[in-house]
Amino acid sequence: MSRTLPFEQPITELMQRVRELRVVADGDARYAGELRRLEDKVSKLARELFEELTPWQRVQLSRHPRRPYFGDYLERLFDEFVELHGDRLYGDDAAIVGGFARYPRGPTGRSVMVIGHQKGRGTKEAVRRNFAMPNPEGYRKARRLMDLADRFRLPVLTFIDTPGAFPGIGAEERGQSEAIGQCLLTMSQLRVPVIATVVGEGGSGGALALGVANRVLALEHVWYSVISPEACASILWKDASQAERAADVLKPTAQMALELGAVDHVVEEPPGGAHHDWDGTARRLDYALREALAALDGLGEQELVDDRYRRFRRLGAVHA
Amino acid sequence: MAWNERVRPETDASEKRSAGKGVFRKCDGCGETLLAEVLENNFEVCPSCGAHHRLRHDGWRRLILDRGELVEWDRHLEPADPLQFSDGRGYRERIASAQKATGATEAIEIGRGHIDGLAIGWGAFHFTFMGGSMGSVDGEKIARLFERATAESLPVVLLQASGGARMQEGILSLMQMAKTVAALGRLREAGLPFISVCLHPTTGGVAASFALLGDVNMAEPKALVGFAGPRVIESTIRQTLPEGFQRAEFLLEHGMIDRVVPRTSMRAEIATILRHLRR
Ligand SMILES: [Zn+2]
Repeated sequence: MSRTLPFEQPITELMQRVRELRVVADGDARYAGELRRLEDKVSKLARELFEELTPWQRVQLSRHPRRPYFGDYLERLFDEFVELHGDRLYGDDAAIVGGFARYPRGPTGRSVMVIGHQKGRGTKEAVRRNFAMPNPEGYRKARRLMDLADRFRLPVLTFIDTPGAFPGIGAEERGQSEAIGQCLLTMSQLRVPVIATVVGEGGSGGALALGVANRVLALEHVWYSVISPEACASILWKDASQAERAADVLKPTAQMALELGAVDHVVEEPPGGAHHDWDGTARRLDYALREALAALDGLGEQELVDDRYRRFRRLGAVHA
Repeated sequence: MAWNERVRPETDASEKRSAGKGVFRKCDGCGETLLAEVLENNFEVCPSCGAHHRLRHDGWRRLILDRGELVEWDRHLEPADPLQFSDGRGYRERIASAQKATGATEAIEIGRGHIDGLAIGWGAFHFTFMGGSMGSVDGEKIARLFERATAESLPVVLLQASGGARMQEGILSLMQMAKTVAALGRLREAGLPFISVCLHPTTGGVAASFALLGDVNMAEPKALVGFAGPRVIESTIRQTLPEGFQRAEFLLEHGMIDRVVPRTSMRAEIATILRHLRR
């Protein structure tokens, strides 16, 4: 995959020009006003262009090789992260990372459990993380950590970014279905606040296994659906290359998920998308997470369980 | 795995031809030609080799429930079309033709029946209705099954036969996995048993939600039970899958189900288990 997608080319070029001008101006006050006007213009242009994005273009952005991953948010939003490894049954799956952390940063921070799908940057790391496609061990580790959080009353924050649970021989032998099902069950019964954020790909059951939350957030350019556009295309037309067409009918965007109630809040990304500004994306997400957490603060243990139950119970399109 | 990924047909491929007075069918297992009536009376199990052919939902009621009687719940629920999904043929049109072909309103029936005089909450997927795929109506019915069974203190027996979550309802189908499992959680908290019976096939979003969370998990002989469809796995790992992979016996060997139960002893086994779990 090239580092710049064809449809973002004009914006990326303009942003590059502004960066160059800033270097040339070198803090010279005479150019500051002019530069700011130019930057505003580029932002506005980017916003306009990105409002018109097709579902398939959003899917491509969600997979952008320079898009921030779970670990990048972990670094920017949390303190004192202590990674916890292993499912205590078979192994440790690097496709899911989890552990204790303090959130938010600063004096108001409290201990939380943070769990997310982790993609790897670069071929070697991507392979080690299995492209964030977990095996059963990953889900069993996640479940163990959720249970731990429940017993010590730590809020659970999850970050979703997976093409899907891994479809492999070993995964089936070790009970991929059961592992995901148990995650759903455990999550639905947690007596602590649970907030899930889709930060990249929300690939089907493998994503939902970390998604049974009181509040579900999604970044602006993600996909979250029952099936990937490629798999959808290969079922409908026996041709995975028709993914663009499949995305049009499947509508796997954050905006559609919001409309249907599967997502509660869409977090706007910086101009041009998250990959142009990791810090800016993290700041926006931080704000949304604090707000979501604060909204759950007054709820008791059973109220949290009931709130989550009701949230999912009403989802569906049914004619009675 | 989505609902309409190809699964090797069982009954569909069985040869039907008239010869003399009776109608004959060929067994998918041993290839023997049998009187159709013989197969039907034996709940679609071959008397020679024991191969299990697909049994229609009315057959399942007759096999498991006392007098084959079910008081059906919530039959009036019908699917909407939240995405206005069309792949050339519209979702509404597909639903209408599935309803016409099967006589069912959706891919699952729920209700109240009895086994050996004990009242139970019953659910059964119709694989012939869009591959038994789970959409909003199916998820809603399963949630209502668990909730109503909880309210009425009934054990639940649920028969799965499904290719997974229904693609045509997009993310809402996915959400049914969370909704149904959360409702199952309430049944569990009430101390009521859930007997899960996996028929051929049980895959995708149905497998990865409630199907393997039974207090007792059973499967029919040779039923395909798994998360990913065999074709998806083969194309991912570029390997041919071993014989018997993801079949009921494979799951038993790997510790994922309690018992492989032939259709002929299914009713008796469920009755015995329910007696053990009666408080
Ligand atoms: Zn036979």
